[in-house]
Amino acid sequence: MAKVLIIAEHDGKKLNGSTARVMTCAQGLSAESVEIAVFAAEGAAVAEQAAAISGVTKVLLIENPANEHATAAILAPQIEALASEYSHVLAPSTTFGKDLTPRIAAHLAVPQISDIMRVESPRIFDRPIYAGNAVITVEAPEGIVVGTVRTASFSEAEKTGSATIEKREINVELPSHTRFVKLETSGSADRPDLQAAAKVVSGGRGVGSTENFKVIYDLADKLGAAVGASRAAVDAGFIPNDHQVGQTGKIIAPELYMSFGISGAIQHLAGIKDAGTIVAINKDPDAPIFEIADFGLVGDLFEIIPELEKALA
Amino acid sequence: MKILVGVKRVVDFNVRIQVKADGSGVATEGVKMSMNPFDEIAVEEALRLKEAGKAEEVIAITIGPKASQEQLRTALAMGADRAIHVETDEDVQPLTAARILKAITDKEEPKIVMLGKQAIDDDNNQTAQMLAALANWPQATFASKIDVDGDSANVTREIDAGLETLSIDLPAVISTDLRLNEPRYVKLPDIMKAKRKPIETFTIAELGIEPAAAVKVLKTSAPAARQAGIKVASVDELVAALKEKGLI
Ligand SMILES: Cc1cc2nc3c(=O)[nH]c(=O)nc-3n(C[C@H](O)[C@H](O)[C@H](O)COP(=O)(O)OP(=O)(O)OC[C@H]3O[C@@H](n4cnc5c(N)ncnc54)[C@H](O)[C@@H]3O)c2cc1C
Ligand SMILES: Nc1ncnc2c1ncn2[C@@H]1O[C@H](COP(=O)(O)O)[C@@H](O)[C@H]1O
Repeated sequence: MAKVLIIAEHDGKKLNGSTARVMTCAQGLSAESVEIAVFAAEGAAVAEQAAAISGVTKVLLIENPANEHATAAILAPQIEALASEYSHVLAPSTTFGKDLTPRIAAHLAVPQISDIMRVESPRIFDRPIYAGNAVITVEAPEGIVVGTVRTASFSEAEKTGSATIEKREINVELPSHTRFVKLETSGSADRPDLQAAAKVVSGGRGVGSTENFKVIYDLADKLGAAVGASRAAVDAGFIPNDHQVGQTGKIIAPELYMSFGISGAIQHLAGIKDAGTIVAINKDPDAPIFEIADFGLVGDLFEIIPELEKALA
Repeated sequence: MKILVGVKRVVDFNVRIQVKADGSGVATEGVKMSMNPFDEIAVEEALRLKEAGKAEEVIAITIGPKASQEQLRTALAMGADRAIHVETDEDVQPLTAARILKAITDKEEPKIVMLGKQAIDDDNNQTAQMLAALANWPQATFASKIDVDGDSANVTREIDAGLETLSIDLPAVISTDLRLNEPRYVKLPDIMKAKRKPIETFTIAELGIEPAAAVKVLKTSAPAARQAGIKVASVDELVAALKEKGLI
């Protein structure tokens, strides 16, 4: 029977919603136990949030000043020291998990399953390739299964649990060759998180400038939505990179996705295929985004947004 | 110092791929092939480091069938000094690719191995991290800015929370994100010149590598298609539709 270890993603204070999504994926493994490991400098608060996720057998709290930042080269040897007790080691397919898990898999001499989107059996999974334009069903070879979980494919598990929290010490040598210098966030902490939001309002190159993006932010605030963007908008400097949606940005699954001035390149669509309802506003009636939008409206976004705001008021 | 750059031959990013009807894979016959876009960025970055006097030699490496030499020629035309081709017709998964890259790294002793963050065919996003693990080197993935200073480098990484900067000792593995740079266009004379640059070839057996246990692909299917939607004629109609669905 499967014994699963999930590596928690957090910022030192708050557990990231991705962890509860990995839990939902783990529930498909008919596991005998599912444990969550929290690596932190001081992680009591995060461990408690992890313990509240339904279905968790136990939370392991590994506190060490070296664990203040989620640095793969420092976390990987500690996880490898734990791994032999488990059949599966899973992390979310966010930049955190993508950076970390291949390092573990390589040392364990097993391949990794990236972006698990469906569990068929404890060793058989579906995952997307070619920006989600094809899906492969893969079987992991013998040994520990190391994988990342595509968060847009699983909802967050309930938070009605109360698992025990066990402090662990892991005595392995940690490298000094990798040092955290700084983290610059785009300071939109008061807005909903793009990867967790129920609604997302997104702008593309058609928005035209940083100043013009204000109309996107204002509409998002009215709807209580997070703000997304196409790569072209990010590359043009209209909006910081952590807003990028798509194959190489964030893969999201909000209930409502509203795009303004985005053409709908396959790399962008890869990020929104799991959205509940897609709305597209574009002045070009032939824009490919209309091929997948549930509701398309042809027109100038600068005329449509004020009308929308009026209708919503 | 030397920089080793990974160059993978993949279906061009503009191609809309088709899943074969029998579920055996994706149709690649007659389809335009190119260098993985992230690898083009890796080649460009290596060349810029050389042009800035921070590196002496840029070596491009590919693992793949004979035809992958086209992508090596592109890297050479961009300005790489020489190239290595590890020839195989097998499907090479990231752990095996990382073992091969490790063997070449042991031979060539580069200070930086620059790879793409992901190959856009299988979207695995693993090889750089695996190579770093096998070599016990630092890794800086998803790089959008690289400052090399003697025996260390400051690398800014694009992560979900924003931009993270790591300081890493060299040698190290760095994987490139899209905003690191804009690759140069190759000019015809450079293509001609590249034809005279050397490509060294190896088989996997010659490198003494054990291929890793592989993930077995059982079938390939088309993704669930979204229902085609409708065009609405006005904002009022849109708002009414969204209200009816309880979305606003
Ligand atoms: C390897 C790779 C990975 C990539 N990853 C991503 C990714 O993760 N995410 C991503 O988004 N892209 C990604 N891209 C880029 C992608 O191919 C497209 O270039 C990009 O998505 C285009 O952005 P856009 O739709 O904003 O711009 P454009 O394609 O230029 O479209 C702008 C649209 O705005 C419309 N418009 C202009 N003015 C107005 C107006 N006033 N009102 C209404 N509509 C207007 C136009 O009709 C047009 O359709 C990637 C590319 C590569 C090669
Ligand atoms: N067959 C290959 N030949 C050369 N480089 C490769 C190969 N496979 C992977 N790489 C490198 O590793 C990066 C990440 O690939 P992947 O882990 O498959 O997503 C690519 O962008 C390349 O730089």
